[in-house]
Amino acid sequence: MRLSNTTQLIARKPAPLNQFTRFFRSLNIDWPLFVGLLLILALGLVVLYSAVGENLRLWLSQIGRLGVALMAMLFFAHLSPELMRRWTPWGFLLGCILLVLVLTTGEVIQGARRWLDLGVRFQPSEIMKLAVPMMAAWYLHDRQIPPRIGQFLLLCLIIIVPTVLIAQQPDLGTALLIAASGFIVIVLAGLPIRFLIVLGILAVPGSLLLWKFMQDYQKQRVLTLLNPDSDPLGAGYNIIQSKIAIGSGGTFGKGWTNGSQSHLEFLPERDTDFIFAVMGEELGLLGALALLGLYVFVIGRGLYIAIQAHDTYSRLLAGSISLTFFVYVFVNTAMVTGIVPVVGIPLPLVSFGGTSMVTLMAGFGILMSIHSNRKLLPH
Amino acid sequence: MDLLSPIKDHHSERRLFIARVALMSVGSALLLGTVIARLVQLQVIDYEDFAARSQGNRVRIEPVPPIRGLIFDRKGRVLAENLPAYQLELIPEQVEDIEDTLSRLAMLGLVEVDDIPRIKELSRSGPRFKPVTLNLRLSEKQIANFAIQRPRFPGVDFQPRLVRHYPHGYAVAHAVGYVGALSGRDVERLETSRYAGTAQTGKTGVEFSFESNLHGDPGYRHVVNNALGRRVSVESGGRSDSLPSDRTPSPGANVYLSLDLDLQLIATEAMRGWRGAVVALDPWTGEILALVSAPSFDPNLFAVGMSTAQFSGLQDDLDRPLFNRATRGAYPPGSTIKPVLALAALETGATNLTRKTLCRGYFMLPNTTHRYRDWKPEGHGEMMLHDAIEQSCDVYFYEISSDIGIDRMHFYLDQFGLGRLTEVDIGDESAGLVPSRDWKKRAFREPADQRWFQGETVIASIGQGYMLATPLQLAGAAAALATRGTRFRPHLVAAIEDPLSGERTLTSAERLADVDVKNDHYWSSVIDAMHDVMQGQRGTARAAARGARYEMAGKSGTAQVFSLSQEEEYKEEEVAERLRDHALFIAFAPVDDPRIAVSVIVENGSSGSRVAAPIARAIMDKYLGYDGDAT
Repeated sequence: MRLSNTTQLIARKPAPLNQFTRFFRSLNIDWPLFVGLLLILALGLVVLYSAVGENLRLWLSQIGRLGVALMAMLFFAHLSPELMRRWTPWGFLLGCILLVLVLTTGEVIQGARRWLDLGVRFQPSEIMKLAVPMMAAWYLHDRQIPPRIGQFLLLCLIIIVPTVLIAQQPDLGTALLIAASGFIVIVLAGLPIRFLIVLGILAVPGSLLLWKFMQDYQKQRVLTLLNPDSDPLGAGYNIIQSKIAIGSGGTFGKGWTNGSQSHLEFLPERDTDFIFAVMGEELGLLGALALLGLYVFVIGRGLYIAIQAHDTYSRLLAGSISLTFFVYVFVNTAMVTGIVPVVGIPLPLVSFGGTSMVTLMAGFGILMSIHSNRKLLPH
Repeated sequence: MDLLSPIKDHHSERRLFIARVALMSVGSALLLGTVIARLVQLQVIDYEDFAARSQGNRVRIEPVPPIRGLIFDRKGRVLAENLPAYQLELIPEQVEDIEDTLSRLAMLGLVEVDDIPRIKELSRSGPRFKPVTLNLRLSEKQIANFAIQRPRFPGVDFQPRLVRHYPHGYAVAHAVGYVGALSGRDVERLETSRYAGTAQTGKTGVEFSFESNLHGDPGYRHVVNNALGRRVSVESGGRSDSLPSDRTPSPGANVYLSLDLDLQLIATEAMRGWRGAVVALDPWTGEILALVSAPSFDPNLFAVGMSTAQFSGLQDDLDRPLFNRATRGAYPPGSTIKPVLALAALETGATNLTRKTLCRGYFMLPNTTHRYRDWKPEGHGEMMLHDAIEQSCDVYFYEISSDIGIDRMHFYLDQFGLGRLTEVDIGDESAGLVPSRDWKKRAFREPADQRWFQGETVIASIGQGYMLATPLQLAGAAAALATRGTRFRPHLVAAIEDPLSGERTLTSAERLADVDVKNDHYWSSVIDAMHDVMQGQRGTARAAARGARYEMAGKSGTAQVFSLSQEEEYKEEEVAERLRDHALFIAFAPVDDPRIAVSVIVENGSSGSRVAAPIARAIMDKYLGYDGDAT
């Protein structure tokens, strides 16, 4: 009896909610983050319509993918961080097994083994984009922060195994993103600054070693960055044309669907990896800055959620998801503007294609879940 | 679990975390700053330059496809060349009413009515400024016709291009192969930068297998376009901005085949009306002198592009003209393998040259009642090995079959290259099948089916039962008999020529493992018997050799069509004709100095000696220079 009285008391306390509000609240959506994402997606769709050559069929198919990605976000927003944490090691293990399966039995498409067909076709490397930072955060959750050296080394192993497996496919872009997401967890967990400096120094011989292991086409991309004119029909062509597209956009752009570079097919991969160039050409510096501003807002909100989180796992995971998203944005925009070599990383939430979009939105779902569950966890 | 582990200091941990987030935010801001600085540099500081370049980006770098290498026969006669042709194109964004334009073009006979829905779909789905091909090959009359009407068709124009042409297409289609439009699967397989301007690629035969030699490397040039992307003129040389100068494409290599066009024409003519295949080899090099699969087709249809109806007509044809019977057709070899089995029997001691067998027209295994029949119902009478080959006595081979045994049969047939891929340089071949106990265990799942029966050895001795061989394999076996055991890998490409320097790289003959026969005398006995098949008193194919002024050796075969292949569909009224026996023949000549080995298979030809042997004779006559003698 007493118990039921108490529940009645508590239940009566909040102001009566109408059904709509209650429904939305039950979605666990973080509104600032969600609005930021919707603005990016909307701007992205506008640019994409122009980039696919005003082909309505392709454009609608992208909206379909977007729907799937939003469902993934809602789904993950509903899993409690506690539950995710308990399942993390199994997810990581499964991901590793699938990666080995891909290397042994995956379909070869354009010289790379990335896809696995287990009833549905998917890239197991996508699972790892979330599973690696989760695993690193899981490992640190119960341990003292900052961790000891031995623990850092174990963390490195957690990151290196999937990274190497994915680099073998070969999929350098994804390997890079996954390594970054794990490394970010390590830094956020308090890797001593002096180690960061040592790592910076080791990067020089490390990159020489990496050069030895790179495929010919990857070396070509690096060389092309240094001298794009050496191969105007091949790898250098992308960079030359994308720079012309962006530069000729000027401050205000040539106007939506008026980009001559993209519409006269000068710009290759204009709807996927190079869509930022279409944006720069048609919407100009202001359009590009607006998109970057939206990205900064979303990342900032993600970091705010990370700081507000109440346990180590949630905090590290939220921080890693937000900062990895930044790595996406930086590597893509830097490659399209010719600052870094061409790596196959799409412009997040804007480029055509659904695979990475679903993972990204799932990641934001996790952020939302962390934020709405923060008070339920012990302080 | 210990969520509140005593050693965890949550407050200092959170402070550390916030410090790290701040650190990384600063780092990120710096990186983002470089991107923004770069944007400002490109879009504000260097804007004028890039705006000019994008304006000048009416100057487009356009790939120039290389000219595909030519294909010649062994005497330098052209088998595949490139001819100029004009195609009709439409640029969707310049045409106001596509429907109306297409129907008016169709009335002038410039567009096929059947193609209109496909063209409409293409012009809707692709970029609006990209030309859609309406007609791949305009005749001169059509060009003239269109030239007059041109002002009525804005956005429609003709463009020159090179079309692959096969002057003797029908006779060489299966060896040379053909080119066709690049498909999605081709694009995945090929190096995209090399195929930037290429529309077609080799699909079968030499065109496919030697694609990397034939294709060449593309060049590029600068093309000035107007604001709508339409070409205005071709610029020569480099421009003042940092774009590099043009590069001329380097043409593909010319390929010389070992094929002899004369033999191809003779074989094609001889096979007219039949289904089957003819293969001729140089036994001392493995060079393929003739490779014909009948019926054939016109490869020019693929190169020019054909209508869907034409293509499905070819594909659904009951006679399967697109199927390369010479390398992929697997047939029961019938009695053509008797010379090989005779060698096996002599080597293993299963028989000797003087052993006599009485042929009464049938054979029964001990303690059974099943009669294995000879092709000659009344029997051949008393036979020795020589007679058994000459007259193709089945009973003699039935009798010795169990003494040889299926595994030793397999051992010798395998040495002659039967039941395994020949690794011919055009690929796309069937391995055939030489059964053995091991094979049967692997091929069947039910233990009851895995057992080898003695009766199966009996019918294997006359090349029936499970046994299958391709015409190319049989020609290889004939060549190995001719050389007394020296074998070479069959190949079609004799030389590859650099089109610029004229330098030729010859394909060297690749010697394979010899057939292991210890007693050389046995070769002579078997070859002698094969000689008498054609030029002996009672030889089964003596009619085919009549009047020859050189010594030849051969062996006929007539194989029962005991089951229908799964891939084939039969019309009821044709079944009877298609259940007739296959006619086979292998031969080589001259006996003392063999220069050519031949195999002929005529599907449902009924008799190897009557139908297949004369075709082999005609080819050997031509190759050896006795073609005036033909009776």
